[in-house]
Amino acid sequence: MSTEHKITTQQVNFKVFRFNADEDYLPYYEDYNMEVTSEEVVLDILNRIKWDHDGSFSYRRSCRHGICGACAIKVNGRSTLACKESMNDMVDLFGSELVIEPLSKKRAIKDMIIDKADFWEKHAAVTPYLVADIDETPESENLVSPEDADKLDEADLCIQCGACHYACPVVAINEDFFGPAAFAAAYRFDADVRDSADSRLKDVNEEKQGVWDCVKCFECAEACPKDINPIAKITKLHQMAFQEGIAKNNVAVRHAVGFKNSIVKNGVLDEGGLVLYSEGPSIVKHIPVALRMFSKGKIVPPWGITKSDNLDEIKKLVKSSSTAKF
Amino acid sequence: MKKLKYALFTGCTAKQSTPEQMMSTMAVAEKLGIELVELTEASCCGASHLQDYDEFLSLVLNARNIAYAEKQGLTMVTICNTCQLNTAMTKHKLDNDEALKAKVNEKLAEVGLEYKGTSAITHFLYAIIDDFGLDKIKEMVVTPLSQFNIAPFYGCHNIRPSELQNETHNSKENPYNPTSLDDLIIACGGKNVDYEEKNKCCGFHVELQAPHTAAVLTGNAIAGAMDGNADMMVTPCPLCHLKLDTQTAHASEAIGRDVELPVLHMQQMVGLALGCTPAELGLNHHLAKVDFV
Repeated sequence: MSTEHKITTQQVNFKVFRFNADEDYLPYYEDYNMEVTSEEVVLDILNRIKWDHDGSFSYRRSCRHGICGACAIKVNGRSTLACKESMNDMVDLFGSELVIEPLSKKRAIKDMIIDKADFWEKHAAVTPYLVADIDETPESENLVSPEDADKLDEADLCIQCGACHYACPVVAINEDFFGPAAFAAAYRFDADVRDSADSRLKDVNEEKQGVWDCVKCFECAEACPKDINPIAKITKLHQMAFQEGIAKNNVAVRHAVGFKNSIVKNGVLDEGGLVLYSEGPSIVKHIPVALRMFSKGKIVPPWGITKSDNLDEIKKLVKSSSTAKF
Repeated sequence: MKKLKYALFTGCTAKQSTPEQMMSTMAVAEKLGIELVELTEASCCGASHLQDYDEFLSLVLNARNIAYAEKQGLTMVTICNTCQLNTAMTKHKLDNDEALKAKVNEKLAEVGLEYKGTSAITHFLYAIIDDFGLDKIKEMVVTPLSQFNIAPFYGCHNIRPSELQNETHNSKENPYNPTSLDDLIIACGGKNVDYEEKNKCCGFHVELQAPHTAAVLTGNAIAGAMDGNADMMVTPCPLCHLKLDTQTAHASEAIGRDVELPVLHMQQMVGLALGCTPAELGLNHHLAKVDFV
């Protein structure tokens, strides 16, 4: 097998978002046509735009080693850590027309530079540090076993680049929502055996701001350049709320629990029953749509549900395999 | 070609709030000569919520469903993106963790079942594309949908997380630029509409706890398709369908604009192209108008 490394080149047209909040009324896009080599990463392109085409082009960069988190931008809508992403891969994914944009267009200050204040405020809100009584004159090292270290599930690799935060559709709509990066940080410290914070898990379980408003779209898992899989941490935070007995009796929590109730009764879901259990008296707000659905044969009454065959197996398994309480 | 045969995991909505999806699945399978053996023993997959409460229970129940497909020696076909995600995710976890698999099997043994990991799990959309083939569908089209602009709405749980999803089918999908549903639209003779929201979230999973977020996402999706000059939308996911078809009033209110389009299940679109009647495809079960037929 040849070990010769061949460098290829290709012509790529970049449509680059330009905006200067001090001067421009609206953003605009500028085209840069460049020959790109297979050796380059996206950050090389940002550098070449600045060095070869327009010195006023602005972006954040620092380490060039995927560790400082400064250079995250979007390429064709995909959150990307510019110093880590190979141009070859981008061309493979999207072809030779690439759109370069900041992580959040509405938070743009100058070109790729955004105001990340919302990100940092939310990060700060989840107590992103270890809360522990420290013995100031220890007689031995404070050891964490490899098994306990594994519980962090690599959440400690987060570089706060914001790629997931600005890929999250809930962050874009609900300004109270902490977002996937803050949740990953919350998990990182809550899962740490040395930590004894008592408000963090409660904070991330509050309605509007907390994990229960996650839409489960997996955009964060897809966006993360460090493969942290923030939504897996969100799932764990949900589970920890039950384990610690702090899950509130609200519509979101009952919605999760309601699946088990339905499954043990029918095997399959009782859709109407789930909504009733989750909403309680608030179910009245669903009546107008429910009536229309009923008239179109889209609502099956509890007695009309076709239960799973071998339901006794399901009942037995629910009884023997349940690990959580509410 | 050998007759294609799959174990069908219908999921819950196909039997309740989207009966038209069940009807059109069976109608299309018959037209294509695909045999679907319904897994009547299957339970709910937990719909991506049960595991927030009790992950182990969710794994055991999903493993049980898969075990029934394995017993028949068939690939499991799903017709709901969320069923697909939950079952495929369970399979991935068990196939890559012997200790966990043993723990789950200890429970399944109580009811005389075993999860082996022998059945593949794939969404009907990919089964059609990978195993049946778009070219063959194209040949079978009797009513090309050539006068329609059709906006594909992929649904999160078929395209993300892409690493897991791409384990389940041959035709690799880029979650930032998916093509499977576009290709199917083209095979049915329609014109595919490109729009920003086609690979975005519909908001279904927070409809109860965060109705505003859910309604804005639904509204944005329909508005994006309308601005792309779509005559209709098409989706492989019944949960997306429920949002896009039944929640237009909330969606319109949330985004301050009247949005509504006919929304077809992927199976209904194929069915129309293959000459099924609107009644066979259950078009009378829709809330949003489907007056193009």
